[in-house]
Formats: sequence, C-alpha cells, structure tokens
Amino acid sequence: MACKWGMRQWAVLTLLLTTFGGSGANVARAQKKDSCVECHAALEGPLAAPVEAMNEDVHRARGFSCADCHGGDPSRDDPLESMDPRKGFLARPSPRAIPALCGRCHSDAEFMKRYNPALRVDQEREYFTSVHGKRLRAGDARVATCTSCHGAHGIRPAQHPLSPVYPLHVAETCARCHADAAYMKEYRIPSDQYDRYKRSVHARALYERQDLSAPTCNDCHGNHGAVPPGVASVAHVCGQCHVRQSTLFQASPHKAAFDAMQLAECVYCHGNHEVLPPTDEMIGTGEKSVCVSCHPPGDAGYQAAERMRALLDDLSRHLERTLAILDRAERAGMEVSRAKFELNEARDALTHARVLIHAFSVKELENVIRPGLEIARRGYQAGERALAELNYRRKGLAVSLLFILFLAFLLYLKVREIEGAS
Amino acid sequence: MRVELRVEAWRAWLDERLGTDAVREFLRRKAVPIHRHTIWYYFGGMTLFLFVVQVVTGALLLLYYRPSAEAAFESVQFIMTEVEFGWLVRSIHSWSANLMIATLFIHMFSAYFMKAYRPPRELTWVSGTFLLLLALAFGFSGYLLPWNKLAFFATKVGTDIAGDVPLVGRFLLRFLRGGEEVTGATLTRFFGFHVAILPGMTTIVLALHLILVQKHGMSVPPSLEGKSLRKMPFFPNFLLRDLIGWVLAIGALAALAALFPWGLGEKADPFAPAPAGIKPEWYFLFMFQTLRLLPARVGIVEGEVLGVTIFLLGGIFWMLVPFLDKPASGRRSRFFTGVGVFFVLYLVIMTIWGYLV
Repeated sequence: MACKWGMRQWAVLTLLLTTFGGSGANVARAQKKDSCVECHAALEGPLAAPVEAMNEDVHRARGFSCADCHGGDPSRDDPLESMDPRKGFLARPSPRAIPALCGRCHSDAEFMKRYNPALRVDQEREYFTSVHGKRLRAGDARVATCTSCHGAHGIRPAQHPLSPVYPLHVAETCARCHADAAYMKEYRIPSDQYDRYKRSVHARALYERQDLSAPTCNDCHGNHGAVPPGVASVAHVCGQCHVRQSTLFQASPHKAAFDAMQLAECVYCHGNHEVLPPTDEMIGTGEKSVCVSCHPPGDAGYQAAERMRALLDDLSRHLERTLAILDRAERAGMEVSRAKFELNEARDALTHARVLIHAFSVKELENVIRPGLEIARRGYQAGERALAELNYRRKGLAVSLLFILFLAFLLYLKVREIEGAS
Repeated sequence: MRVELRVEAWRAWLDERLGTDAVREFLRRKAVPIHRHTIWYYFGGMTLFLFVVQVVTGALLLLYYRPSAEAAFESVQFIMTEVEFGWLVRSIHSWSANLMIATLFIHMFSAYFMKAYRPPRELTWVSGTFLLLLALAFGFSGYLLPWNKLAFFATKVGTDIAGDVPLVGRFLLRFLRGGEEVTGATLTRFFGFHVAILPGMTTIVLALHLILVQKHGMSVPPSLEGKSLRKMPFFPNFLLRDLIGWVLAIGALAALAALFPWGLGEKADPFAPAPAGIKPEWYFLFMFQTLRLLPARVGIVEGEVLGVTIFLLGGIFWMLVPFLDKPASGRRSRFFTGVGVFFVLYLVIMTIWGYLV
C-alpha cells in the first residue's frame, strides 16, 4: 500500500515537474537546446549508444527527449545542473521503477489519446497480474520488465518488423531469458520451450509461411500479463483460434472426464509448445494413437476410436483411389477437371471429419463421412467413364483409320488407272 | 441418254450465266511439271486443305464457344466433355493449326530454294509472306481463347514483346491488350481478330495468292528451266494425288486427336503468379529464344528492342527477296540460297534450344 502511495506521489511530482519544466511532446518539440544529446553524442561506448539508438525511437519521432524519461534540465550545459536530482534527474531507472516510469504516460488514457487513441493503456496494470509483475513486486529484479522486451532506447512500435515484439521476433525475445538454462535455474522451470516451439506446426506457419496470425508465445501466454495457462484455462487459450474444435470438445463426453481427471484438455493429446501437425494416426487404437492411453481394449471408447479411425481411413482411401484414376485419365489427355473440382467437396468432408473428431461421436462422424464417400465414388465413376471413353476413341480411331486408308488406297488405284491409260 | 441431255442442259445454263466453260477449259489445260522436286508442289495444297479444316472446325467451335473471361474456359471445358464429338473438333482444330503452320513453312522454304519467286511471280511470294504473317496472327490470337493459365501468361509475354517494337510498340501493346494488362478485354478483341478480322483479310490475300498461282502456273527450279519436262494434267491427276494426301492428313489428324487430345490446363487467374517455364507455341520459339539470349542492353539500345527490330528488318528483307535476288547472276543468287540455309538452320537450332532450356 505504501508503495502504491509512493508511486502515485511520484507520478504527481513528475506531472508537476513536466508541467513546470515544460515537458510533453509539444513543448519538447519546441525545445531547441538538449544538452543530454550534445554531451552524450560526444562521448564514447555505452554512454553514446542511447543517442544513436534514439534516432529510431518511436518516442523521439513524436518529439520526446531524454529528459522526458530521465528528468533533469537539458537546457543547462553544466552537468551538475542538467543532471541535478533536485530537477527530477534519474540516472538509470532500476527495473523496479520501470513499469511505473513507462506507465506514467502509457497508463494515462487522456495523454495517450493525443498520440495514439487506439493504443491500450492497461499494460502496466496487466503487467502486475503476470508472473513477471508479481515477482517484481515481491522484490525479484531479474524478471522481465517493459524494457526487457521492448528495449530502452530505440523502441519501435510493435507492428514494426524490426521490433523485438514483432510476431516474428517474439519467441526469440522471450527465449533470451527462457532458453537460458542458467538464468532459469533459480525458477525451476524448463528452458527448452523455444527449441520445442520451433519444431511445432505453429512455428512452421509463422516462420516458413510468414503467417503472422500463427501463434507465438504471447498469443497463448499473454504479453504484458504473461502467465502459464492452467489446466482450467488452456482449452480457452487454444479455442481462441481453434474455435470449432474447442466448442465440439466442450460439448463432448470427454469434457467431464478430463475435468474429473484434471487433465489439460487440448494439451493432453496435442502437447503444448511442440504442437505437431495432427495425423489420423492419433485417433484409433494403433501405436501412435492417443486414445489408448486412457481407453483399454474392449471398452466403449476403445471401440469408438477404432470405428472413427476406420471411417477416416475409408474416406482417405476412396479419395486417393479417385484422385489416382482421375490423374490417369488426365495424363491420357482426357478432360476431367470438373470431376477433380467436385472432388474438393469430398476433401472438405475429410477436413470437416477430422475436426469433428473432437466431438468423439461415431454417429456425427458418419453423417459427414458418408456424403464424402458418395462424392468420392462419383468422382471414381467419372474417372472410369473417362478411361472407357478413351478406349472407345481408340477403337473408333482404328475403325476410321481403316476406312481412311482404304479410301486413300482406292484413290491411289484410280491415279494409277488414269496415268496407266494416258 | 436422257440423263446426258439433262447434264448438258445444266452445263449450258450455268455457262451462260457464270462462264463455267472457261474454267473447265482452264482446268483441262492446266498442267503440273514432273521432275525430281515435284513433291514440294503438294505442300501448298496441303496448307490450303488444313486451312479449310480450320475454317470448318472453327465454325463448329463457334457454336458453343463464349468469348468472355468468365465463360471462355468453361465453354471450352463444356465442348471437351459434354458436346458430342466436341473433343474431336477442338483437338483437330488445335492440331490442324499446328500442322498448317508446319506445312506453310515447308511450302515457303521449298518455294524459296526453288526460287519460285523469280519474275513474274514476285507478288505471289509477297502475298505468301502476308499469308504467313496472318497464319502466325491466327495462332497467337487463337492460343488465348481457351483462357487457360499458360495461354494467359504466354499472351502477356507475347504482347510485352510487341510493346518493344520501335516507335509504335506502346500503341501496339495497348491496342492488342485493350488496356495496360491482359484482361477479359484482351480475350474479346483476340476473339474478334481470330474469327472476323483475320479470316476476312486471309480470304482476300489467299484469293490473290491462288489467282496468281493459276495465272503464272507452277514454277520450275532454275536448273530445270528451259528443259523439256514431262507434265501431268492438274485435273484429275494432280488433284487426285493431292486428295490422297488430304485423306491421309485427315487420318493423321484423327489419330493425333484421339491419341493426344489437346489439353485444356487450368483456368487463367490474373492474380496468380506466373508459372515457371512459360514458352510460346513452337513457331514463336525461335524469336523467344533469341530475345532471351540477348543481354538487357546492347550499347545504348535495350536488348529486346534490338531483337524485335532485327526480326522486323529480317521479315521485311524476307518479303523483298524477289526484288533483291537476281537469279540470272549466279554469285548473287548463291548468296540468297546461303541466306535461306542460314534462316532454316537458325530457325531449327533456336527452336530446339528454346524447347530444351
């Protein structure tokens, strides 16, 4: 409580300082002299680095200067005056002070509206709900604060491709700490999440297809309020994107069973960081089946799993067979593109069925598989018809060629007759 | 006896109105020289026959074809799958087009090497080169009509090349495309060229070419000129021989259509990326390969502009050969034979090269 009061007082003080000291974007823009930049640009090494980094900074672009965060009086040349703590100068804010320092502006809705009305202003509040925030408050200065992820100088908007929190860089940014086994040792949490994530279907979508909507760390854990999703909430997290699967699961008989056994719903079958592309082998009673880990041979679930797998296999097989015959006909030059196009419906049925698995209902699955099988069968028949037509054409050709050659021969005889006579 | 009388009455009736006796007399007297190069005489007739096949099959395709970006592909698909013998008509149209260009090239080069363009047949040659251009234009415009992916991008590349023609390139590109890009507007105007403008022009030039051939008769090579050669009557001897070739051509077309039906491919998608390895039809490949080999810039001129200019000048030279070559002068004439050999080799090598890479 005391701490909160301290922060508020500090915030009020800063506001007063900035008001009287002429801070704020418009005033900052009007400032001509900036002794911080002048001196630090002339220095070397780490003391000069912030000046250079600030050239790319979003705050700098909006007219903010060093003093807006570090305080002090940049209009004075004398270092003792410009960096006078009595003028609010903060040399290097401690990690504990950083959320409040950033929150001074970023938690102020009125202030933020002037620059970016769409930007959220609850990051600071949310941060203190995260494991990072809670530990920081408990006195752990090693946890991530705003600057750990966004950087201190040279902060770019999150949508900027070079920002460390741009979707393509988020996992790498988190991994700076979380993949460091020595750093994580104290917290007794694994440090292989990044390596495992990189093998996941999500990472493939993100890095290989450059699909920025594919999930990275913050999409499941949250960003400012980062926490590991618990058993109760994991399905909601996955369900944000996999809505249909989640809805089906929630209505399925598995929901109650998983709750009773305290199993993390999606994660139990699909894993978490290393979510691999699902295969039909996951269902059924085979070696790679996940069903058999709970359902022993003979029980109703075991039989249902077996039946569901058989249904999926049946449609897959029919699709493959149909595609093969249509390809054969196409290679022979027959026009089967319409049949191939119609086969897309059967493919859609298979995709739908694979999603519908999450309802764990044999009957519902049959309702989707059956029409798919019918379309695949029709496609196969179209392939057979095309090959039969090809055969018919060849026979027709043979007969026509006989007539044509015979006619040519008759003409030849006529020519000989005429030329012989002449 | 009564039948003969009736036929005679009809003949007289027609002759009185159309002057058919003069034609009959002309045909009776028309003869074809017999020598070791007589075989080449058949290629003109064969080209004409394949052109007639094009006209007939083209007219049949017109019954179902719909010239718009939305419906063209589907209408050809319909012809290939639903229309009775539609597959046969379309495949024959496509194969016959290719065979016609091939026989046209053979006919042209045989006329060139036999120096059939010698006076007084200069205009026969010139009209023939116009027919070649028209045939190539038929090929280029017809290729786009199924509105499939390959045709779409090949037309894009082809019209790009037309855009490199000096001075009028920009206008030509916009004129051909009906805008800046290949769109449905391009398809509609290519259809117009293919079924109205080009056939109209071809009818006139072809009529002129055939009238000139009849007027001057068959040319014999200079080496045989002045020698007494055996002759065969055009009607019926030569025509019957022609007919054997045409009947066999029908057989070949039927076999090609049945064994290698002309594919349709995927529908054109202007927003899809260009597929790898786009190539034009084989008869444009020598030009395409040449342009591909040219560097981006040659001195101050862009490579493609230079290439297109050379082809234009080459085409004009080829058309004017009868006025430049003097067969009486042995040395000069040999030079032109050498030029012909160079052209043939260039065409063959570049086409094979373009096909292989």
